[in-house]
Amino acid sequence: MLDLIDINFLTGRVMPYLDRGLMMSLQLIVPASLIGGFIGVIMGVMRVFGSPWMKRGTDAVVAVIRGVPLTVQLMILYFGLPSLPGVKIYLSPYAAALIGFIVCTASYQSEYVRGALLSIRQGQIKAAQALGMTRWQTIWSVIVPQAVRRALPGCGNEIIYLIKYSSLAYIVTCIELTGEAKVLVSRTFRPTEVYLVAACYYLVMVSAATWLLAKLEKKLAIPGFGAQK
Amino acid sequence: MNAQQNDTPILRAEHFTKYLTGRKILDDCSISMRPGDVKVLIGPSGAGKSTFLQCINCLLEPDAGEIWLGERKVDFKNTRELYDLRQHVGMIFQEFNLFDHLSAERNVALALRKVRGMSKADALQRAHVELARVGLEDKAKLFPAQLSGGQKQRVAIARALAMDPTILLLDEPTSALDPELVGEVLTVIRDLAAHGMPMIMVTHQMEFARAVATEILFMEAGRVIEQGSPEELLAPGAQTRTQDFCTRLYELCGDVDSAQESRN
Repeated sequence: MLDLIDINFLTGRVMPYLDRGLMMSLQLIVPASLIGGFIGVIMGVMRVFGSPWMKRGTDAVVAVIRGVPLTVQLMILYFGLPSLPGVKIYLSPYAAALIGFIVCTASYQSEYVRGALLSIRQGQIKAAQALGMTRWQTIWSVIVPQAVRRALPGCGNEIIYLIKYSSLAYIVTCIELTGEAKVLVSRTFRPTEVYLVAACYYLVMVSAATWLLAKLEKKLAIPGFGAQK
Repeated sequence: MNAQQNDTPILRAEHFTKYLTGRKILDDCSISMRPGDVKVLIGPSGAGKSTFLQCINCLLEPDAGEIWLGERKVDFKNTRELYDLRQHVGMIFQEFNLFDHLSAERNVALALRKVRGMSKADALQRAHVELARVGLEDKAKLFPAQLSGGQKQRVAIARALAMDPTILLLDEPTSALDPELVGEVLTVIRDLAAHGMPMIMVTHQMEFARAVATEILFMEAGRVIEQGSPEELLAPGAQTRTQDFCTRLYELCGDVDSAQESRN
């Protein structure tokens, strides 16, 4: 029991290790959520308003990405691509993890965006067209700005998922927070403290993300969208 | 010069036919607009009035028919000509259809910037001029959810006018409004008519139609079955289908009026 509050051990050994892991986690999470979110919006638009082959292509990508466990996808990216005959793509652990996360999060985001796009009333589209706006002008300046606001709660949820599934990066030897914790446990044999501290780190990250997303929702709030008056 | 202009219709829609879900909604409908014309489409629900209106700016593409802007035939399969047609033909919707995420001034300015390529400052300046014209200069910063129905419809009119349309289509512009808000919108429309803005309007406001219309087109089952000036169609004893329809509308409203009178 005394071990649990061994401050010297926590601050002297656990936190330096985990701080380093935290930095790597953030280097995965921040670009993956931003790039993945952006690609997700584009994929969502393609799935709703794209030409038939665009729809079919993006639907197929989403079906595969959602249908295969992320662990397996990461393994294919890191271990599978180099041994693929004629391809021989070697990705660094960081690149493999980042690409895997971007593709995964973009696919899920596109589903939230698609739902929001479909919820925009036909009248909005007709009004834009009646003013002589082109199809893509209508989509980008009328439909998407409204849809993004409607999709935001769902998209935020996906970012919070991303923070937690970023812990899978260690299986392709990209040593982030969970990876560092694992290494440290194997050296110190004190899993309770180490994993508890790692858990706290994740909790702090998720809380910070929740706070940021709430701020963003507030900033984008417009009378008539959402519940607040 | 003027005489010649008056002879050429500014817009003609000829022999429109439209099928929706296998049903023939429009059957050989035509309309021709000259400067200053205010034409009112009336008729029972499901007659094809709204469909006719939406075919004129190709929000619904007619299955057969021709659209002429002045002396030029519009090829509405060509997207460039289609967008050009829509800039010339403003439209007002029953449900207003303001862009929910934009303030009143930005609702008006959006198409000026995107379609006309105006700078933001110029577009906003023009927006304020148009909002002032419908009496809403003090509401420029408000969002649609903060406006009353009548105010929303006036913003929608300002938005259409900002594009300098040669003709305005109005699809039951007052039907979604509370009764006490109808007047402010009709005042704006009457003012436009007085300034010579050509308009095609679907409405059930018969008193208003009689006052401003240069011609009434009565539609039923996808066809224009009667067409003429209000004086002709609504003359006492004219025995027209239009008059019959209006009498029944009037009786409904008349009942309300007399009920109110008896309460007073």
